Amino acid sequence: MCLAIPVQVVALHPGDQATVDMGGVRKDISLALVEGVEVGDYVILHVGYALQKLDRDEAQKTLDAIAASGALAS
Amino acid sequence: MKAIRPGYVRPIDFTSGRVDLTHGSGGRSMAQLIEELFLANFDNAYLRQQNDQAVFEVPKGRLVMATDAHVVSPLFFPGGDIGCLSVHGTINDVATAGARPLYLAASFVLEEGFPLADLRRIVRSMAKASMEAGVPIVTGDTKVVEQGKGDGVFITTTGVGVVPEGVSPSGDRARPGDRILCSGTIGDHGVAIMAQRESLGFTTALESDTAALHTLVELMVRAVPDVHVLRDPTRGGVAATLNEIARQSKVGMLIREDDLAVKPEVKAACEFLGLDPLNVANEGKLLAICAPGDAQALLTAMKEHPLGRQASIIGTVHEDPNHFVQMETTFGGKRIVDWLAGEQLPRIC
Amino acid sequence: MKYIDEFRDGQAARAIAATIAREVDPSRRYHLMEFCGGHTHAISRYGIADLLPKNIRLVHGPGCPVCVLPIGRVDDAIALALNHRVILATYADCLRVPASKGLSLMKAKARGADVRMVYSSADAVKLAVDNPGKQVVFFAIGFETTTPPTAVAILEAQRLGLTNFSVFCNHVLTPAAIAHILESPEVREHGTVPLDAFIGPAHVSVIIGSQPYEHFASEYGKPVVIAGFEPLDVMQAVLMLVRQLNEGRAEVENEFTRAVTPEGNLKAQALVARVFELRKAFEWRGLRSVPYSALRIKDGFRDFDAEVRFQVETKSVADNKACECGAILRGLKRPQDCKLFATVCTPENPMGSCMVSSEGACAAHYTYGRFRDAQVEAAP
Repeated sequence: MCLAIPVQVVALHPGDQATVDMGGVRKDISLALVEGVEVGDYVILHVGYALQKLDRDEAQKTLDAIAASGALAS
Repeated sequence: MKAIRPGYVRPIDFTSGRVDLTHGSGGRSMAQLIEELFLANFDNAYLRQQNDQAVFEVPKGRLVMATDAHVVSPLFFPGGDIGCLSVHGTINDVATAGARPLYLAASFVLEEGFPLADLRRIVRSMAKASMEAGVPIVTGDTKVVEQGKGDGVFITTTGVGVVPEGVSPSGDRARPGDRILCSGTIGDHGVAIMAQRESLGFTTALESDTAALHTLVELMVRAVPDVHVLRDPTRGGVAATLNEIARQSKVGMLIREDDLAVKPEVKAACEFLGLDPLNVANEGKLLAICAPGDAQALLTAMKEHPLGRQASIIGTVHEDPNHFVQMETTFGGKRIVDWLAGEQLPRIC
Repeated sequence: MKYIDEFRDGQAARAIAATIAREVDPSRRYHLMEFCGGHTHAISRYGIADLLPKNIRLVHGPGCPVCVLPIGRVDDAIALALNHRVILATYADCLRVPASKGLSLMKAKARGADVRMVYSSADAVKLAVDNPGKQVVFFAIGFETTTPPTAVAILEAQRLGLTNFSVFCNHVLTPAAIAHILESPEVREHGTVPLDAFIGPAHVSVIIGSQPYEHFASEYGKPVVIAGFEPLDVMQAVLMLVRQLNEGRAEVENEFTRAVTPEGNLKAQALVARVFELRKAFEWRGLRSVPYSALRIKDGFRDFDAEVRFQVETKSVADNKACECGAILRGLKRPQDCKLFATVCTPENPMGSCMVSSEGACAAHYTYGRFRDAQVEAAP
C-alpha cells in the first residue's frame, strides 16, 4: 500500500508548506511531519505530506549495493 | 441551425451576457444567437442557405459517418478546449476509417446561465479547428436546458467522409504476425486535463495533444492502402484501444514498454497519481496495425507528418485464444496490459 | 525522475536475477511474503516473477488498506453520507469498494450522497472550512503511513475551532497483522503454509522504523528485509532474504535506508500518539478480528470522532462463502486457486477484498499476471 514518491523541494512557504517538483510537475505539499527540510532536499511524498527526508548518501549506497549484487553474476 | 428572421438589430452582449432559456426557444433570441455567433464564425455556403439541413454532392467512394458527444471538465484546458476537441474528435473518428472527412454537423446543449463570452470562445475555437482541418461545419442545432441540468455546454458533432477504393481498415483485421505502430507520445491529453482539476492541485507545462489526424491518415493510406487497423486511443488510452482490437480480431498482442514514447511530465504526473500512462486518454494520437512487410513503409509515411514525427513500431500481433494484450516491461518481465476497471481515479495506495 | 528511474533499471535487474539464480539452493523452496500491496503491485507491474528462479515463490500479504477494510465499515460510511447527509470526503481508492446491498460510495453518490474525492486529509479540512453549514466527515483509511496526515488534519481542525469536521477512523497497524498471520494455526502449528521470510513494508517503515520487526526475527525466526517499492529494491531484498535463509540467519535488514531509520519518524509518531489510541480489536476483511490492530480517536478529541458524533455502530458483514480471500491473505492459497477468481469475481465486479484495489493479490494477478495461468494450462 501507500503510494509515495521522492520529490524535490523547490520552495518553502509559511505554515509548514512547500512546493515540490518531480519531472516538471509541481505541487504544494505539507511539511508538518518533517523537520529541517531545505530547498533542494528530496522528500518522500504521500497524500500531500512529506513523510521523511530522503537520505542521498544512503540512496547511493543502496545503488552501489545493487550494482555489487549484479556484478557477482558476471 | 434554424431559419433566421432578418432585420433584427440589438446585438448580443458577448462580454457579460449569459445563456438564457430564450436562446433555445425557437424565437428571435435563438435566431439572433445563430446569426451573430454560429453563422458569423462557422461561415460557409451551406450555412448561409439557412436551412434545417445541408445538401451536398458526395465524391465517389464509400461513405463514412461518425458521431461523438463531447463532455469535458474543465471546458478550457492547456492546449485546447471543448470546441476544438469536438471538431478533432469526430474528424479523427471518420479519418480512422481511412477516410477523407468532408463535412461536420454540430449540436449544442447549453446550460442556462452559461457565460456567452465562454460560449463565443468555444465557438471560435471550433471554427478555427474546422477551418484549419478544411472540414466545414455545415449544419447544427442548439438547445438550452435549465440551470443545474447541464454542465455548461455539451457538444455533439457528427461527421461524414469518403473512403478511397482499396482502403478498409477495421478493428477486426489484425492478424498474427502484424506489426503495431503508435504515432507519438501517450497520455498527454488525459494528464493535461487532470492537472486542471482543482482537487488534485498540481501544475505542469503540459498541453493536450488534441489534433485532427486526417492528413496523417491520408499519408498513411497512400503509403500502405492495405493498413489493417487504424484507431485513435482516446478514453481508456492505448490499453483500452489495443484490448478492443484484440477482442474484435480474436488475437493476442505483445508490446514493448521501451518502444512507447511518454513525456517526462506525463510519467511524473502518473507517479503522483498512481496511474498508468497506458490508461490515460489521447486526443491526437493514432494506433495502426499492418502486415509485417508494410510496417517500415507505414512508419516512414507517419514520420513525414508533424503529428507522426515520434511514431514507432511498438509491438506485434500473435495468436492467443485469451486475446491478452501483454507487454514486455523495461524491467525485462512480462505483464498484461488490461482495460481499466471502472473510472480512472488517482490512488493513494 | 531522480531516485525513481535508477531503481527501475532493467539491466541491473537481470544482473541481480543472475546472482539470485546462482545462489539459490535448488534442493529447497523459498516462500517469501511481501506484506505490502505496494510490493505486490511492483512485482506484478514489472513482471518480477519472470526474473526469479522457479523455487522462489512470492506470497502476497494483506497489506492493502482498501482490501482489508470490512464491508460493515464501508456500509457505515455510506450511511453517513446517505442518512446523515454529511459531505463524505474520501481518498479515491475507497469509492469503488463494494458494500452491502450492491452499493459502493460511487453508487451512493449516484443516489444523491455528497461524496467528494480528496487527494489529502488537508483537502477534507478545507471542505469543512468552505462549507460551514454542512457536516464534513473524512473517511480515514490506511496503515501507519497514512495515519499521521489524519492526525495533522484533526489537530488543524481543532486549531481552527471547526465544529463541522470529524473523522471516521479506520487506521490499522502493520505489525499486528503480521503477528496474526504468524500466529495462525496453519503457519504456526501445522506447518501447512510454509512462510520462510518477509519483505517488510517500505513507507509504513518510514514512519515506524525498522525496530518493530525485530520481534518477528527473534521470536518467530523469520528473516525480514525492509525494501523500497521500486522493482530493483524488491530484487535486492529477495537476494538479501535468500542469503539469510541460506546462511540460517533470521535478522531484520534494511534495504530502504534512503528513507527508513531504526527509530522511524519520531515527529510523526508523536503526532499520532497525541490523537489516537489502540483499539482492543478490529475486524480486517479476510482476517476477521485481529487484536490491537487498529487505532481510534482519543477521548480528548471526541468532538472530531465521527463514530461518537453520529453514533456509528458497525455491524459485521460476512463475505461470500466461496470467496477464498481469507486464505489468500494468509498465504494459504493463490488467487487462481479460488473458484470465483476471474469467473464471477473480477475488478469490475469484485466479490472479495483481494479483488477490490489494484494492490490486492487477486486484482494484481488479474490485471497483470493471469496470462501465466494460461501458459500453465497450455503446458502438458
